[in-house]
Amino acid sequence: MSKLKDGCVKPVVGPIMEETEGSSSASPGIIQEVKKMVAKVGKEAIDFEASAFVAGEGFKPVRLSDYKGKWIVICFYPGDFTYV
Amino acid sequence: MAAVAALYPEFKALDVEVLSISTDSRFVHKIWQAEELSKMVDGGVPFPMLSDGGGRIGTAYGVYDDAAGVDIRGRFIIDPDFVVRAMEVLTPEVGRNPAELLRQVKAFQHVVKTGEVTPSGWEPGDITLTPGPDLVGKVWEVWKP
Repeated sequence: MSKLKDGCVKPVVGPIMEETEGSSSASPGIIQEVKKMVAKVGKEAIDFEASAFVAGEGFKPVRLSDYKGKWIVICFYPGDFTYV
Repeated sequence: MAAVAALYPEFKALDVEVLSISTDSRFVHKIWQAEELSKMVDGGVPFPMLSDGGGRIGTAYGVYDDAAGVDIRGRFIIDPDFVVRAMEVLTPEVGRNPAELLRQVKAFQHVVKTGEVTPSGWEPGDITLTPGPDLVGKVWEVWKP
């Protein structure tokens, strides 16, 4: 198994969203009203990339869209070492 | 998370990829696996444990609690066309029911494959319905709770 490179601090991609149309013309300095994209049933999933720990592999980035074509379950939870 | 991991062979059998995600770092995930999860489930959590430091992904999925700085309990089923099919979001005190998650995956896989619809509480082998004008007002003849 090749060792994956890692560091203490690594930037991550996070959510990958298309730019909201029509928001590019706003003047600089003005906080733009960015249309918040939130996941909805029946709509396309919002892609993202995050760093991950994978048993037997170590640390590696995982991108949701790499699993396109398969059924995917994502489980968010409040924290490691918590009670439930 | 251990409860989902315990059912992992069943998810795998349905060709489902499972991802868990919290605001903890990958380092903490590793130690949680070593110190605790591996003692709850044989071999520990077999699926990738993702880190959502900063909560940007949780925000996009509507589960980030910015006062607490964590992602609350939320699970999503995504189909092979990359469409969100189901979501369940709980305040964190109550854990999820992985058996119900598994049931929903089976039901969604069935409806995608067959075009039928599955009544409340459907389990594989139970009666399904085929939507159409003939069924309107007649569901009671074929299905009761």
